[in-house]
Amino acid sequence: MIIQTIMFYAFSAVAVASGVMVVSARNPVHSVLFLILAFFNAAGLFVLMGAEFLAMILVIVYVGAVAVLFLFVVMMLDVDFARLRSGFLRYLPIGALIGFILLAELILIFGSWELAPSVATAKAAPMLVGGISLTNTRALGDLIYTRYIFAFQTAGVILLVAMIGAIVLTLRHRVGTRRQSIAAQLARTRAQSVEVVKVRVGEPVDGV
Amino acid sequence: MASGFWGGYALPTAIVVGEVIAVVVPLLIAIAYFTYAERKVLAFSQLRKGPNVVGPFGLLQPIADGVKLFLKETVVPSGANRIVFVAAPMVTFTLALVAWAVIPFDYGIVIANINVGILYLFAISSLSVYGIIMAGWASNSRYAFLGALRSAAQMVSYEVSIGFVLVTVLLCAGSLNLTDIVMAQQHIWFCIPLLPMFVIFFVSGLAETNRAPFDLPEGESELVAGYFVEYSAMTFALFFLGEYGNMILVSAMTTILFLGGWLAPFGVVPFTWVPGPVWLALKVAFVCFCFLWVRATFPRFRYDQLMRLGWKVFLPFSLLWLVLTAGVLTGMGWVPVR
Repeated sequence: MIIQTIMFYAFSAVAVASGVMVVSARNPVHSVLFLILAFFNAAGLFVLMGAEFLAMILVIVYVGAVAVLFLFVVMMLDVDFARLRSGFLRYLPIGALIGFILLAELILIFGSWELAPSVATAKAAPMLVGGISLTNTRALGDLIYTRYIFAFQTAGVILLVAMIGAIVLTLRHRVGTRRQSIAAQLARTRAQSVEVVKVRVGEPVDGV
Repeated sequence: MASGFWGGYALPTAIVVGEVIAVVVPLLIAIAYFTYAERKVLAFSQLRKGPNVVGPFGLLQPIADGVKLFLKETVVPSGANRIVFVAAPMVTFTLALVAWAVIPFDYGIVIANINVGILYLFAISSLSVYGIIMAGWASNSRYAFLGALRSAAQMVSYEVSIGFVLVTVLLCAGSLNLTDIVMAQQHIWFCIPLLPMFVIFFVSGLAETNRAPFDLPEGESELVAGYFVEYSAMTFALFFLGEYGNMILVSAMTTILFLGGWLAPFGVVPFTWVPGPVWLALKVAFVCFCFLWVRATFPRFRYDQLMRLGWKVFLPFSLLWLVLTAGVLTGMGWVPVR
């Protein structure tokens, strides 16, 4: 247990420290790299809790996909951060207020947290469903696809709508761009594209 | 027995360190000789001799190259972001090594037999883009940056279809554990019922490791060498080793997911005499050879063709095949239950 405790404090300390660095780093690219470090430590905490599936999904989705696009955008943008930072003190009270409200809400929620009676048994032995020992992934799948199937499907539909919305908002057909039309290329015949011309010395070639 | 400091902590730590060394040292040797194999295979396919001066048949060439790179000076360009610049090759190389923790070499011979092994491999391979993108940005050079951008877009695109291929395989195996996936292929290797997915996985693996014909991030004719233009000496060597390590890793993944891992081709006597790790090594070597074969054969893709292949061909097809596999498994009652 000692090692687990040490690892817990190590992961938490690095996660909090890199969280602080995300907002305080001067260079935006460094901020994103610290954000990735924070994700990693959160994944480590998940592993310590025995939720290895969530840990892997966190790394794949957030670090492997979302943060890559983040990094992409931040690297391409030429942001003048000295100018952005100039309003820091002016916005500090509002930011602090929002942070405080969030903290208070979290405390309120966790203070009055109560498990449903049917779930309480599952919490005591999370890997035991119907008396059979299940792996983490299996247990999660069982819950999502049986008990919470409608909530899960609704979340999926919402994401789909958001995705279509994003595509609709950004899709535009610019005129004047040249695109490769493979069908047109393949449909060309020899008569349309090649002409054999007999060239006489000293005479111009007509129609070419 | 397992009590106190020595029995409880020191001994398990020593065992794990020993296991790691037992995997990493042969792996590094394999990477070194893979570079030699690449030069030889390319040479023979182009009717040349390849390296044949250093040692018998040029066998000491990779060691000579390594020593040369080790002795050269590491140059950090002025205007480069020093920390990220030095961290990028380390990230690439480390990621190429850590993935081997979950690769099973035989039944029970694996450093970490975790339940989500395939997801772990997927996570690690999706992280390897960071070394490249960090290198491209930190070099403060246009060629490097362009190479990094191309590479990031390419790897993110092909990861999607790799993800669908993995889901199809684990539908057939009924487990995320790599040992279970290999054991599920005892009767038939997955490359036969899932042949199209096998091809997609191999081609996506080429794109994921930035190999020819998808080596646009390096594209030496247009980008000099892409993201590692500014690197020299050991920092360059780490990129190089990481890249070849990734290639061997993708070959090992292909072997485990589709070619039956350490299993003998037929479960009969002369084949079962050969131990499992040897079969695994032979199959990995074959897939690695295919990587080199492809490089010697195909011209480089154009970038828009590469994106079209990933998003408009592989993605819809793998999605369709995934639905088809799930439908057949459910309809025929073949869903594996563990």
